[in-house]
Amino acid sequence: MITYIIRRLLYAIPILIGVNLITFALFFVVNTPEDMARMALGMKRVTPEAIERWKAERGYDKPLLYNAQKDGPRKFTETIFVEKSAAMFAFDFGQADDGRDIASEIRTRAGPSLAIALPVFVVGLVTMISVALLMVFFRATYVDTSGVVLCVALMSISALFYIIAGQYLVAKVWRLVPISGYSGSWDALRFLMLPVVIGVVSGIGAGARWYRTLFLEEINREYVRTARAKGLSELQVLFRHVLRNGLIPILTASVAAIPLLFMGSLLTESFFGIPGLGSYTIDAINHQDFGVVRSMVFLGSVLYIVGLVLTDISYTWADPRVRLE
Amino acid sequence: MLPFKPALLWTDLLMFVLVLALLAVTWHIRRREHLAAPWRKVAMSRAGMASATLLALFAGIGLLDSLHYRPALPDEPVAAASKAAAETRYAVELRSVLDLLLDPLPSQVETTYSAPLATRAFNKTVIEGDEGTQRDYPRLRYGGAHLADDRGGVAADVAGRALSGALGGLAAGLGALALLALLLSPRRALERVLAWVTGNGHDAVHWAAWTLLGVTTLGGVLAALASGYHVFGTDKVGQDVLYQILKSIRTALVIGTLTTLVTLPFGVVLGIAAGYFRGWIDDLIQYLYTTLNSIPGVLLIAAAVLMTQVYMDTHPESFETVTARADFRLLFLCLILGITSWTGLARLLRGETLKLRELEYVQAAQAFGVSSWSILGRHILPNVMHIVLIALVMDFSGLVLAEAVLSYVGVGVDPSMISFGTMINSARLEMAREPMVWWALAAAFVFMFVLVLAANLFADAVRDALDPRTRVRGVA
Repeated sequence: MITYIIRRLLYAIPILIGVNLITFALFFVVNTPEDMARMALGMKRVTPEAIERWKAERGYDKPLLYNAQKDGPRKFTETIFVEKSAAMFAFDFGQADDGRDIASEIRTRAGPSLAIALPVFVVGLVTMISVALLMVFFRATYVDTSGVVLCVALMSISALFYIIAGQYLVAKVWRLVPISGYSGSWDALRFLMLPVVIGVVSGIGAGARWYRTLFLEEINREYVRTARAKGLSELQVLFRHVLRNGLIPILTASVAAIPLLFMGSLLTESFFGIPGLGSYTIDAINHQDFGVVRSMVFLGSVLYIVGLVLTDISYTWADPRVRLE
Repeated sequence: MLPFKPALLWTDLLMFVLVLALLAVTWHIRRREHLAAPWRKVAMSRAGMASATLLALFAGIGLLDSLHYRPALPDEPVAAASKAAAETRYAVELRSVLDLLLDPLPSQVETTYSAPLATRAFNKTVIEGDEGTQRDYPRLRYGGAHLADDRGGVAADVAGRALSGALGGLAAGLGALALLALLLSPRRALERVLAWVTGNGHDAVHWAAWTLLGVTTLGGVLAALASGYHVFGTDKVGQDVLYQILKSIRTALVIGTLTTLVTLPFGVVLGIAAGYFRGWIDDLIQYLYTTLNSIPGVLLIAAAVLMTQVYMDTHPESFETVTARADFRLLFLCLILGITSWTGLARLLRGETLKLRELEYVQAAQAFGVSSWSILGRHILPNVMHIVLIALVMDFSGLVLAEAVLSYVGVGVDPSMISFGTMINSARLEMAREPMVWWALAAAFVFMFVLVLAANLFADAVRDALDPRTRVRGVA
């Protein structure tokens, strides 16, 4: 299994190189640093000196791929590609436009992001599966049909509506929790409750319906018939057999998402003023801070690949027949 | 010397190409029984037919809004004198046929916020009256302007208009049904309309007919009220919210449909090729979609849109009008959304093709020496078509919802383009006001919900009819 994991991680390298090349092409070749400088400094009446200064401050004043003015290996290392793009492999993300170090910013902001994303993920998963099992238990009755109708209605509502309506009702009209904000200690619980509940509710429609389809596919299998034939109650059948056999698709859908929880949620964090990576990203997009956006793209890809490997490992835990070789 | 000059935006063109393609596919399917059978099952589904009716109405509004033109400017007196030489000049601003039909709604702009059906503005201002100046809520320029007394007579006037509008709308709906029946079978038209409305016979068509009648009745009420009031109020710059909603529909439809135009070629060609050829082609294509998938979707879109913004700012000369500029960004958004979303379809098709290529008829074709491309086109593609169709209809609702989120993040459509996302985004800032300005937000959410719900229900009906797995389960 160790060799398998190592091979998978090696396989990740070409993918990360690909991501790196795509971001390099998008950020430096399609539009040159010159264009970015013009955009950052305002379109009109920009002196060439101001552009040069802007580029020099950020280290964008070097050639893209080949620096003819240097000698030896520095012809290749003192270029934008190596210093800005390839350096990300060493998790050296450089500085944001406000002068702060992106890597340390990511470290401090991952905590608050996780404080929201992890409860949403865990509580959400449990709720979705419970609701789905409930619908399957009452399958082909009015409980099931109305449950499905409700799910379709819930998933047709915009995520923005859940946040805006929830914030308005709970925080503004009923004044149960503060509208937005965050604190480092246990006090944060106050701030986190509402976003977590909203996160769970907004995901429930699509999730519960998906798991319901999944369990319904299992329910007509022969092992289920055997389980019923030997006299197990329907609840035992559902929890001990159907749920257990449905684990593989559940894991496929959920484990890959776990590492990405670090990235936080763009919408929730910006609406509730939580200083996580999601709001960091959204601020960077709004301020057109390309360095931060590039770093987040790279970080997201790394986490995605970690998720893929974790998914494979979780299969062996869920189903002993699976061997990773 | 036309009074108008047709203007064709890129998205308009592609929308009509899409409609033509849809008609061609329908014609193709109608003549082949094995292809038509599943679609008849969609026609038997009550929710499917009701939602299809709604979607058709939305599509009608969207297509009317896609016929753009530039109206001629009125001749200046000097130019009129020597008008033989003078050419007609056209406005820089694009208008659509929908604007023409809604006239004068687009031009009835108040100064700022006003509540739904209000006759007076939302904020107090200084009014100069007969008894000197005072601070009061001023009368609106258009909302309820026909009323002499706007304090007492509003409720009665609204009720009267709503009632006559409802009756008119109902009559129009019945008229539309009658017209449809006449087209289908001129002899027994009356009988048909009766059967549709009373539900005598075909259940699903009955639902569709009632949906149509319900919508036309509601539409009649809205139209009757909109002739004298701002039904959903006005926004910060005094623009009518109902008008913005109707304009948003086109944006949502463009995003939901044109994106699939990009997804299709990538997803189908690469997915099938990976599954059929295997070997290094498979490795390459898998590498391609794992790489694309590993980039967080929002960030890739954000990066690409930021880059287009830079391009648009550095090349202002390429865009004739503001609308053309916004349209370019919309088209580009569809393109990038398509590039991020073909991977799912490709993966599904790859898996299915892997199974199909081992089947006997494919092996037989290979043994006869049929070329790979003919096998792909004649044996594999028709057998994965149901997956493609299901994926297409399922994607639509997600894309409409995604537009709103992306516009909120600031990487959606151009701020000057009216869409559900930009409406929500600008209305969101008014949440903190006391009393709250809720109408624009509520209207946008309700209409988006109806559109997405209809799309979801229709997608479900299509999936149930086309997916062989559910077909088998339905029998058992």
